[in-house]
Amino acid sequence: MLRVGFEVHQQLATRKLFCNCESELVEAEPELKIVRRLRPTQSELGEIDRAALQEYMKGRHFVYQVPEEVSCLVEMDEEPPHEVNREAVEIALQVALLLNAQPVDEIHFMRKIVIDGSNTSGFQRTAIIALDGYIETSRGKVRIPTICLEEEAARKVGEGENKTIYRLDRLGIPLIEISTSPDITSPEEAREVALKIGEVLRATGRVRRGIGTIRQDINVSIEGGARVEIKGVQELNMIPKIIEGEVARQKRLIAIAGELKRRGVGEAQLKPSPVEVSDVFSSTQSKVVRRTLSRGGVVLAVKLPGFRGLIGGARDEPRLGSELAQYARVKAGVGGIFHSDELPAYGISAEEVGAVAERLGLGESDAFVLVAEARERAEKAIEAVVERARLALRGVPEETRMAQGDGSTRYMRPLPGAARMYPETDLPPFVVTQELVERLRANLPELYEEKISRFVEQYKLSEELAAQVVRSGRAELFEELVATGAKPRLVATTLTATLRELRREGCEVERLREQSFRELFSTLAKGKLTREAVPEVLRALCSSPELSVAQAMERLGLKGFSEEEVRSLARRVIEERSEFVRERGKGAAKPLMGVLMKELRGRVEGKVVMKILQEELRRFLGS
Amino acid sequence: MYRGEAEKVLAGAKVGERVRIVKGERSYEGVLMPRSELGDDRHVVIKLDSGYNIGVEISGARVERLSPAEPRKQAAFPEPEFSPAKPEVTILGTGGTIASKIDYVTGAVHPSFSTAEIINAVPELADIARIKARVLFNILSENMTPKHWRRIAEEVVKELNGSAWGVVVAHGTDTMSYTGAALAFMLKNLTKPVVLVGSQRSSDRPSSDAALNLIAATRVATSDLAEVVVVMHATSSDEACAVHRATKVRKMHSSRRDAFKSINAPPIGEVREEVKLFGSYRRRSEGEVYADTRLEERVALFKAYPGVDPELLEYCVDRYRGIVLEGTGLGHVPEQLFPAIERARDEGKAVVMTTSTLYGRVDMKVYSTGRRLLNLGVIPGEDMLPEVAYVKLMHVLAVAQDEEEVRSLMLRNLAGEITPRTLPDTFY
Ligand SMILES: [Zn+2]
Repeated sequence: MLRVGFEVHQQLATRKLFCNCESELVEAEPELKIVRRLRPTQSELGEIDRAALQEYMKGRHFVYQVPEEVSCLVEMDEEPPHEVNREAVEIALQVALLLNAQPVDEIHFMRKIVIDGSNTSGFQRTAIIALDGYIETSRGKVRIPTICLEEEAARKVGEGENKTIYRLDRLGIPLIEISTSPDITSPEEAREVALKIGEVLRATGRVRRGIGTIRQDINVSIEGGARVEIKGVQELNMIPKIIEGEVARQKRLIAIAGELKRRGVGEAQLKPSPVEVSDVFSSTQSKVVRRTLSRGGVVLAVKLPGFRGLIGGARDEPRLGSELAQYARVKAGVGGIFHSDELPAYGISAEEVGAVAERLGLGESDAFVLVAEARERAEKAIEAVVERARLALRGVPEETRMAQGDGSTRYMRPLPGAARMYPETDLPPFVVTQELVERLRANLPELYEEKISRFVEQYKLSEELAAQVVRSGRAELFEELVATGAKPRLVATTLTATLRELRREGCEVERLREQSFRELFSTLAKGKLTREAVPEVLRALCSSPELSVAQAMERLGLKGFSEEEVRSLARRVIEERSEFVRERGKGAAKPLMGVLMKELRGRVEGKVVMKILQEELRRFLGS
Repeated sequence: MYRGEAEKVLAGAKVGERVRIVKGERSYEGVLMPRSELGDDRHVVIKLDSGYNIGVEISGARVERLSPAEPRKQAAFPEPEFSPAKPEVTILGTGGTIASKIDYVTGAVHPSFSTAEIINAVPELADIARIKARVLFNILSENMTPKHWRRIAEEVVKELNGSAWGVVVAHGTDTMSYTGAALAFMLKNLTKPVVLVGSQRSSDRPSSDAALNLIAATRVATSDLAEVVVVMHATSSDEACAVHRATKVRKMHSSRRDAFKSINAPPIGEVREEVKLFGSYRRRSEGEVYADTRLEERVALFKAYPGVDPELLEYCVDRYRGIVLEGTGLGHVPEQLFPAIERARDEGKAVVMTTSTLYGRVDMKVYSTGRRLLNLGVIPGEDMLPEVAYVKLMHVLAVAQDEEEVRSLMLRNLAGEITPRTLPDTFY
């Protein structure tokens, strides 16, 4: 039985949660930098995590880049938080109501201890906003037990030997966290839930857009497996593939555990005691091994009793070998390992494999792993491999994995335990009055589905076009432009199909300003620009969004013609062909139109030209 | 902690108990939390099993008591072992957040000040010195009084004349510089370091400045210095601490880690891995330290400002033996205060002028207002900080035999409070 749950994090498009800085990222590296350390604090019992303290004693530190345009003393942890941003709370409550959740009566911010440096304070401020919501899917209800409002963490921009570098621009941006129960039972339903939650968030019109502004973590478990959290899911369309991949991975691990049990393999047999086999490879063909040895590294081997045939597998199937390698990478920083199921290969010969097997006293059903690295690192890697092999005896370990672009996942870290949390005493509780809830409930934004139906009804758009406009996030702009008299279909296709086309060409359409669209449609309405020229103008604005439409047209040589200019041009054309015109009478309009449009195409709407031409013809013929 | 309506609804349920709050169709289950004294009596706070707190409005609510509070557990720390080769440093607790423990349930911060607790929290201290810690009292620094200064001075003397190489006084930051100045004037024949230290971020936070400040202070307490100093973060970064002479330091920011600045003089040292001392300072030597803890408490610190009501100063003249004026600019006050000042002088009371600019020296010879004040017998406070002049006047009034001696002591540098030369790089 597959069980999937979500954690969706969405940034809000307001100022920051606990100060008045703007929620914007800054690309240029700021001048101001501060260096901080985060010391593990005492637990409930007054104890200090010795491992964390040791890490601290080694001099682990954090460099914070402080972009002063979007961060102040609050982000620097040099000033207590200001009162919570009311606007952010109201948006979060709106989302809660749209998700059928019950707002809490009083919001209490907590400090959740995080000492990886991503928060200058060493904790993240977070509060439950609402409880017990749900979302309807085509397959039933998915429960949403909690909705939280919290501060976004600082942005990691670099890493060194003993330090991590963060930028404070992102720190403090309000973040809504929506957690579902593991009620989702199929990969497709998961995609639907993610899509719907995203739509609810965007329906508020108050969420940030663009890469990294929404993140979804997926929790996946199957019968006999374990809860695995997958982070870094960017593409909703990848969700089914990621889940299917995780299900296959867990099934394979369960099968391996079963087989190991049948073979009678126990933890005691798995010892992290490597044997050095560097001499076996003294004249190896493997480039990787040769390079390591020439730099003074070693080749270490470890026996994995009973693992033969269970580590490898087909390329496109989940393999235990990848898990071992990922452990070695994360815990020892080792690029790769070799295991006996895939050898001989990679320049390692059958003789070398035989020699290693002999050295380890390898039995019929045993496997081995080789690591070629500097000694200390190689030893660490072997330790990690054996640790992971031991976990294989028990099936699927609970862990956090990172989604890759291709839909596969990689081991990241063990599933974090419950973080220590205690009240944020610098902030008073926020009372959610009945009046506030009622006011918000009365002014809830239209959900996407409601808006689509209304657009079909009111603007006579096709269902498909209406949906595209609504999902584009420019529905508000659409309505504004239509209200000024622009044709709904034209506005809709410009805001969807035209922009889609430009994006495909590589234009950064996100940079376009709403003001540009306003100018564009008013220029169109005046007949100073033709529909055909719209993509060209928008293309120019994508690269120079600061230009006005008039400036862009001028740059493109699309300077609009005034009615007077068109009229005098029409007169000239008629004069020049006076005989022809007299001959054909009104019938000359069409051929003359062709001549005129050669000069005016893209600059004046054809209809306008025709109207003027006909007037001038009448005058000429009448005289 | 709960009062009024909330207390009624709770029907005897105590903080820490597991309760269920039923409100119509809804119910919330969790551990009953204390409520801030500022909170209303319309909400009850519970900690849900997720660890989050929420407040539940109580109208129509019924509280079921599920199980009693779990007893608070507390690990016992072994007495730390120190290398006998290390110098001994005594840490005296007076309050503040330098060493405290968080109650994760309530968020309340409690002082934690036994030697074992301090070494458990900051084990690096054991590499510097044999630590002996004890608490004198535990008060917010805004509640410090001259009585507390005396007590600290007496305890410091006891330690310094015993086996301690130096004493660290953990103190709240708000009035740390007053206590520092008081110790500087009261401790005589000082032969060892006395270091005041505090924190601007309480020690329950991973980002606290407490540990670094305490480590630096302990280093200074083993150094060659024999003065009263304040050791706090030098910048916003966790890299170095500055050593400030207690009579020249002032808290110049309400919240930053590097709030403490030496005014009209550079800091006298910096601590990274080691203590570096600059310029001239009093060096460690042998000999008994003693404390002259006499203080005349009838001294007022009076700020002059446009529109100030002279009645306020008249009141001070009625009541006090000494008045430190915080004047404007070079040391001026509005004319309407002159009669009160004149009366004070007629009655033989000491009036000392300092400046609200903090930076710079008073000079009352330049303008007529200043000259008139000098003629009235107002003592120019040189480049003394107003707070330091206030503490000094308390001390001087208690020890001087007559008006003339008061005047000469106030004009003389007793503990680094007056710098004869103001260097250009002391203003930023
Ligand atoms: Zn800010």
